[in-house]
Amino acid sequence: MRFLCLTALFFISSLTSASEVLSGTVPNTMEERVKACTICHDNKDRIGRDAYYPRIAGKPAGYLFNQLKNFRDGRRNYRPMAILLENMSDKYMLEIAHYFSSLQLPYPPPEKINIQPEEVNLVDVLIHLGDPERDIPACKACHGEALMGTKPFIPGLLGLSHTYISAQFGSWRNGGVMRGQSSNCMSEIAKRLTDEETNAIAKWLAIQPVSGRPNPVGTISSELEHRCSSIETEDIYSK
Amino acid sequence: MKHLTYILSIYIQECIVSVCYVVIALSISLSAYADSTQLNSLTPDQSNLLGAYLSRVGNCMGCHTAKDGVNFAGGREMYTSFGIFITPNITPDKKTGIGLWSREDFWRALHLGESRSGRMLYPSFPYTEYTKVTRKDADAIFDYLMSLDPVSKVNPSNKVYFPYNLNPLLYAWRELYFKEGIYEPNHSKSKEWNRGAYLVQGLGHCRACHSSRNLLGASQKEKFIGKKMTGANWYAPSLTSRLEAGSGELKISEITELLTSGITKRAVASGHMATVIRQSLQFLLPDDVRAIAIYLKSIGIENSDAASAESFPVLSKDIRSQLAQGGKLYEKYCEDCHQSSGKGVPGIYPPLAGNRSVTMVSPLNTILSVMNGGFPPTTTGNPRPYGMPPFQQIFRDEEIALVVSYIRNAWGNHGSMVTEIDIDRSRSGSGN
Repeated sequence: MRFLCLTALFFISSLTSASEVLSGTVPNTMEERVKACTICHDNKDRIGRDAYYPRIAGKPAGYLFNQLKNFRDGRRNYRPMAILLENMSDKYMLEIAHYFSSLQLPYPPPEKINIQPEEVNLVDVLIHLGDPERDIPACKACHGEALMGTKPFIPGLLGLSHTYISAQFGSWRNGGVMRGQSSNCMSEIAKRLTDEETNAIAKWLAIQPVSGRPNPVGTISSELEHRCSSIETEDIYSK
Repeated sequence: MKHLTYILSIYIQECIVSVCYVVIALSISLSAYADSTQLNSLTPDQSNLLGAYLSRVGNCMGCHTAKDGVNFAGGREMYTSFGIFITPNITPDKKTGIGLWSREDFWRALHLGESRSGRMLYPSFPYTEYTKVTRKDADAIFDYLMSLDPVSKVNPSNKVYFPYNLNPLLYAWRELYFKEGIYEPNHSKSKEWNRGAYLVQGLGHCRACHSSRNLLGASQKEKFIGKKMTGANWYAPSLTSRLEAGSGELKISEITELLTSGITKRAVASGHMATVIRQSLQFLLPDDVRAIAIYLKSIGIENSDAASAESFPVLSKDIRSQLAQGGKLYEKYCEDCHQSSGKGVPGIYPPLAGNRSVTMVSPLNTILSVMNGGFPPTTTGNPRPYGMPPFQQIFRDEEIALVVSYIRNAWGNHGSMVTEIDIDRSRSGSGN
């Protein structure tokens, strides 16, 4: 509800700002405004000097907004992002999140990686059923039927590279992704998965062609929503 | 509906804050020039509002709030060459904040740099500047702080290095460098000028950064000469020199625009100044900003230390070749925004030609801008700024040095060449 309201307000504010006229030849567009972002985050994942820059186009707006806030406020640690966002308002970050979320850029072709049939079986179970004994939910319970995410907060898993997914698993285990958040679902889940499982998942996801759409808002069970503090919005919008 | 109201309140929070200030100004006829002497008859609520405004001017919250922490509850780490200072909780919590303090206790801290326990405070708390604040303004700030919700938060202690942790040294330091005293108006100047001087020298504590500090961390006299900031990796330019950030030759409107919106036709605030604008200056009453501008303009020395083009040596072949390489990079990566003329786009992309930030002796801020990029602060005057990419993500140090050297010497600019070593030093915090 909160997010919908915020989104509605965002569009209202966009309408009012669209009448802005700027001097010179600089396009009055978000594309122009966020050149600072697209030098690293273009339409595909990129390997930079010190880090891996994921593609952010088309990811859910709420997810992107949360990440921007986390970087700025020190809950997710990456200094270059923190410096960029240091003096940015929530309102503008939300607009930037919506901009990248709305981008429909072509995805790169699936990677060509060898994967063993046993690995495929392992992944298949985790994606559809999870492992209740270890309290691991099915991937698709949150990330959507098509694994393309669930609006507005859960990111899709397809169209990402093997390297990036592996790195994210590592970060969740070490607490680097959502530092300081006490109960984080992905952090817990990543710690419960074996190396064999995370390797298989990263490989399998990277070789899938991108198809399907994100699940609509409100399709995650309240139990899972409750469990994952990263999608609880209460504290995120209240400051 | 509750949600909607809540979110609306977030959206308009900043507007409300600004409106509040205007309301204070109107309802209690706050003269921008007075030192609040006519405010004797304020009700507690009015005093709180005035205090809220003054605490914005002093940006108390900026330091007394940890990253992602509760406002005013302290815990922010301030790195200096004397140690790491952790800001205290100044909410009215009785155990962990200043809930037991009286107005007198607060006055002694602000005016004399003494804690309630009688302990001497380290000058990382800028009482050396706050001492100029009037008693009435101090009381208003105190009343405001007391009106906040108490927050129970214990912050870690300061980690002060030897020998600065020896208390007698603090006494000696105060003897040498601390001069207690409320701001004394200069009667040969206008009320506006005096109001500006009061804010700049007192609550605004501009000198805390824009002043060279000696080996013992003392600001040098009344001067606003530039210096690499203690414990921060930026160079705070001189507010007097026309070669740096002196305002002598600027229009008053240009100074106020920069201080409130963070961007003008020819300048953009970056680094810590951007933060000060976002957290504090953008909320100031127009009369106060104008007063500050008038004062700053008056201290901008119209000196003749600008080196003329003739005084620069003929460039060697080697240097010319480096500049040409920098020019190639500029053409490829910078020209789109800053233009081949180096003139930028007014109000959006700052000019580099004739930009004092680019040409001043210390190349540190330019290096940092190229390396880290950044967005100007989001302010009411500039809510959707255009950003500068962080080029260290794609450039090698050598390339950053080449491009910075180029912009310091193109279009009639003159500045020293920058080397890879300078780039590396600016990263580790030992840049000059």
